[in-house]
Amino acid sequence: MLAQQFINAISLGGVYALFALGFTLTFGVLGIVNLAHGAVFMLGAYSALQAVILLRLPLTAAILAAIVITGAAGWLLDKLIFAPLRARDAPHLAPMIATIGLAICLNSSVEGFFGAQNLRFPVEALPTETLSLGGIRITWLELQIVLLAFVLMGILMWCLKQTRIGRALRGLAESPKAAALLGIDVEGLFRLTSVLASLLGGVAGVLIALYTNAVFPLMGQPMLHKGIAVVILGGMGDIRGALLGGFFLGFAEVFSVAYVGSTMRDAVAFGLLFAILLLRPDGLFGKAAQRRA
Amino acid sequence: MEWLDNFWATYSTLVLSVGTNVLLALSIYLTLACGLLTVANAAFMAIGAYTAALLTLQTGTPFLLALSLGALLPALIAMLIGRPTLRLSGVYLAMATLAFGEVVRILILNAEDLTGGALGLNGIAQLTTGFDVAFALIGTLYVLLRFAGSRIGRTMAAIRQDEIATELMGLNVRAYKLFAFVLGAALAGLAGALNAHFTFFVSPNEYGFERAVEILAMGVLGGTGSPWGAVLGGVVVTLLPELLRGFGHYRPLINGVVLIVIIIYSPKGIWDLTRFMRRHAGKPAVN
Repeated sequence: MLAQQFINAISLGGVYALFALGFTLTFGVLGIVNLAHGAVFMLGAYSALQAVILLRLPLTAAILAAIVITGAAGWLLDKLIFAPLRARDAPHLAPMIATIGLAICLNSSVEGFFGAQNLRFPVEALPTETLSLGGIRITWLELQIVLLAFVLMGILMWCLKQTRIGRALRGLAESPKAAALLGIDVEGLFRLTSVLASLLGGVAGVLIALYTNAVFPLMGQPMLHKGIAVVILGGMGDIRGALLGGFFLGFAEVFSVAYVGSTMRDAVAFGLLFAILLLRPDGLFGKAAQRRA
Repeated sequence: MEWLDNFWATYSTLVLSVGTNVLLALSIYLTLACGLLTVANAAFMAIGAYTAALLTLQTGTPFLLALSLGALLPALIAMLIGRPTLRLSGVYLAMATLAFGEVVRILILNAEDLTGGALGLNGIAQLTTGFDVAFALIGTLYVLLRFAGSRIGRTMAAIRQDEIATELMGLNVRAYKLFAFVLGAALAGLAGALNAHFTFFVSPNEYGFERAVEILAMGVLGGTGSPWGAVLGGVVVTLLPELLRGFGHYRPLINGVVLIVIIIYSPKGIWDLTRFMRRHAGKPAVN
């Protein structure tokens, strides 16, 4: 039983980490709390679902479709909303409010197009084989979810550490002005970050949609709350923190449902978050707020 | 005055909603003016609403007393959690207060015997009148406007601009921040209590993340330079969905678009726009 819960926790934690990664990227590099991240998450789920239902694409292609669509959404988000606000030297809360507006737009458009009810993937589209590893049963689907989450996170971490663009992103997160002085294409990288972050959120959406087989317009909202909790747990803007925070939350949730009861599940998560913040105000990995150059 | 009666019969809920939303916007203005990004106001609103509703429903407490207690309890809770929470700053404070809000909502959801759980409390007496709301608003605005020009207001503005420098000047920053937080909580609780008594229904979902974010939007949209900004923000955010009623299904979509457009073209809030007109009219720009 414990091992089974462990697997559940890893898959759930992986998806939370993926979502949180996108959220923390936007905050770390762009300095924006993107409250539309939940809506982008939902967009990814719907994209994959419609790719399977309408275009009859196989699952892999559907995931790619979700990546393309949410990446494009991220590009538009930066071009139409974040860039004008940067140009006008807006106070730091303004982009957050704009993302609230965007989330409202996206949620209501999707609800208008596809209805508010729960949609499901057609049964044929989902792999159903179960594997048995040493007494633990894990579905092929769950395994793929975990693998995809880990692979994506691994690629991202590798890029951030080893490639030039990754270093440029890290420099940008540290100080946009210094980065500009060094000749880094700040606007282009901001746009890239927005694309990347939205893409990660979109993939998380597809994975959760596959995991729970329930797609509905407001599915992004609870995810957003948890994403915020994860990112604060791990330290805002910290990649490792988002990863570990995601797994921490996954474990906390799965084990609190198993041993405490499902109604208090969210309270456990947020209560833990509140307690951790009181003890370590910058999150588990956060650095103390520095003055940005 | 028949048209007034007709107007009131149709629109009283809307007017009262505008009133309580402005009160909420003022409560967040107060904390924003101090540089505190707290979004716990929805939770305090919930506490105030449930307290007042339970008092009038179950013990038949007179309305004004219920209102006062509805404002007092959130203030006490704010005082309890304020000290540790206000050590955080910036986005961390926002997220911690957001987490607090969620915890409150879930506690209310689960305390079924007391609060009715997910079904909420129904049939609360419709005791709020326009006069109550107007009185609360005028009183609050008067106090906040007086603050703005006084030592308290200037200290808060100083804290907002540079906390460390203010502390170096010998001012008790922690006390001022706690004061703003507690007073904001009391205002939010009062708004919640008033709200409960004209919508005659409270439920935990009314006071969740969406409400907290709406209150924040009211504060930022209106502009944080002056209490009038909060008034504007509260009015705009409440009236916008109503004005867009003609658009039917597209209403939330247009609502979102308008929000985005306003913020992009006036990032410092609507009140900031009116500064232009006041300056051109020959009056000194107020700040």
